[in-house]
Amino acid sequence: MEAVLESEAPRGALRNTAKMTARGVSVYYGDTKALKDVDLDIGENQVTSLIGPSGCGKSTFLRCLNRMNDVIDICRVEGDITLDDIDIYRSGLDVVQLRARVGMVFQKPNPFPKSIYDNIAYGPRLHGIAESKAELDDIVELSLTKAGLWDEVKDRLLGPGTGLSGGQQQRLCIARAIAVNPEVILMDEPCSALDPIATAKIEELIDELRQNFTIVIVTHSMQQAARVSQRTAFFHLGVLVEVGETEQLFTNPRDERTQGYITGRFG
Amino acid sequence: MTESTIPTTTLRRVDLSEARLKRRYAAERRFRLYGIAAIVTALGILGLLIGTIVANGYTAFQQTYVAIPVYLDAQAIDPQGSRDAETLRRADYQSLVKQSLRDLFPEVTGRRDKIKLYGLVSNAAGDDVRDQVMDDPSMIGTTQTLWMRSSDDIDSLIKGAIDRRLPEDDRRVKDNEIGWIETLEAQGNVELRFNKAFFTSGDSREPEQAGIWGAAVGSAYTLMITLLLSFPIGVLSAVYLEEFAPKNRLTDLIEVNINNLAAVPSIIFGLLGLAVFLGTFGLPRSAPLVGGMVLALMTLPTIIIAARAALKAVPPSIREAALGIGASPLQVVTHHVLPLALPGVMTGTIIGMAQALGETAPLLMIGMVAFIVDVPGGVTDPATVLPVQIYLWADSPERAFVEKTNGAIMVLLAFLIVMNALAVLLRKRFERQW
Repeated sequence: MEAVLESEAPRGALRNTAKMTARGVSVYYGDTKALKDVDLDIGENQVTSLIGPSGCGKSTFLRCLNRMNDVIDICRVEGDITLDDIDIYRSGLDVVQLRARVGMVFQKPNPFPKSIYDNIAYGPRLHGIAESKAELDDIVELSLTKAGLWDEVKDRLLGPGTGLSGGQQQRLCIARAIAVNPEVILMDEPCSALDPIATAKIEELIDELRQNFTIVIVTHSMQQAARVSQRTAFFHLGVLVEVGETEQLFTNPRDERTQGYITGRFG
Repeated sequence: MTESTIPTTTLRRVDLSEARLKRRYAAERRFRLYGIAAIVTALGILGLLIGTIVANGYTAFQQTYVAIPVYLDAQAIDPQGSRDAETLRRADYQSLVKQSLRDLFPEVTGRRDKIKLYGLVSNAAGDDVRDQVMDDPSMIGTTQTLWMRSSDDIDSLIKGAIDRRLPEDDRRVKDNEIGWIETLEAQGNVELRFNKAFFTSGDSREPEQAGIWGAAVGSAYTLMITLLLSFPIGVLSAVYLEEFAPKNRLTDLIEVNINNLAAVPSIIFGLLGLAVFLGTFGLPRSAPLVGGMVLALMTLPTIIIAARAALKAVPPSIREAALGIGASPLQVVTHHVLPLALPGVMTGTIIGMAQALGETAPLLMIGMVAFIVDVPGGVTDPATVLPVQIYLWADSPERAFVEKTNGAIMVLLAFLIVMNALAVLLRKRFERQW
């Protein structure tokens, strides 16, 4: 069904279930065009993975989705990106509110140099989500539980977040992101700094989080994309080459560049 | 011919010979020796400097006192017998002291010799007597052996700064004075005591009455003004330039000029203060207010540069993390970046303050070099500061001011060492690993 649709609508479009849509998105760093005319939909309560060789523009695209590119002076974004049919680049839209709805987890675990509790409580405090200390405590517990970290840290909530192991720190960062209860979570190579066991835990976690959140994940590992995502988009040299259901894309790619990449001929 | 591009020399194996190894070891040993020699030299010079100052200055913390039996004449002190504090304070104790000296050495007759005799004790000896009388008014009407400050020449004599064996013409203290003081010494009525006045009084023309308290208070007021102005302005400038300002020609220009300002000789800031603060705005001369403003201008670049470096050292991942949760740019700075940078900012500020504390030249320009006896009571009172006080005393002809100068240098150095130690401590205490 989807294949038929994608031949009529722009490539990368979904029928009804799109949480976010990108149409004709191009990104420039100064005079360099890093991303060329990308059309891509992000399905609701799905994991969408973005794969491709280094420098192909997948992280750049990810950072467009919550306007993290804004902080880079020389970066310019063209095209439309919507969240629930609202253009996130329209003037007057508050970036802070957007980022509260579209959370982000980064490549390197970056907990604040504060206690574990304060790491999680920061977002809810910022956005006034909790009305009482008890409610905040609940949010912290819930977020850590969802991130599968509660049992490991419940006895040292006031200990420093930077004292955890790498994998725990990354799960802390995920807990921190979901404490704000965003609709979309963007993950920029969340496992690239972790060992296989920690990676497995995060992947398991991503699969569980899919129930409540829409997830976009950038990854270098094709196995990881195959394991965690329902939809995969392959980028190459700033172009969205192919997008489709993960299984289809990995077993029966339509484009020969995709074929080449997933079979390891380049990249 | 493509072959011609290939080098003709053949690649040789690495030379593993003993001689090469020895040369390398020797070079490393030599380098170590040079380093050690450099450090020893630097420490030696520092030791020499501090040693000289301490050797010359430690006596400043002591003062010669002489004990003289004084008849505390009730008629002279309190004729009405009211024992009222005001009356006791106003009485002429100095003439009682003079009378006592005449009684002690009745053989002294000539007017000249009498003046010499009175010169054994300080002009402030009367004050010492007064303080003791006010502590215990019941002494009035009796004869008491009271301790009082000696004059600066006698003080220098007792401390050995004036050599008794020199020919009489070459010494400030003459034979008859030495005779009198030796009589007192024989009675055990001369001793060295802790020099309280050095730490509690302002400047004076009389070395035995001169103290650093006035200058210390002036320094404190000046530094307070400097801190109040330069810390907020410096930190706000640094935060804006580092975190918010767009990177363009204008901000580049500002950055270059801040670095230039840090290298401007301090006397230029003094001239600016003279022209603008005193000339245009008509602020008071010699006041800590103006001194602090001038020193703030001088300290600003130091603080801005240190604060920017500290802000730059906060890893971008922290900013991204906060932005990613939905913190506004201001919240990112106030919640995360600034607290993490604060130890570095404080270190820079303390070092800037220490610099300002030791600064003399710009203050000369705005009149803080005046001779001021009173301890300043506010930022607009005329005042002087520690380094200027040192400069003034170093210029004074009296022998006794040499030790005062060195004593004041020791006090100033102590303040500087404490401030720098605090900066190091802050840095160590809050050093973070990411």
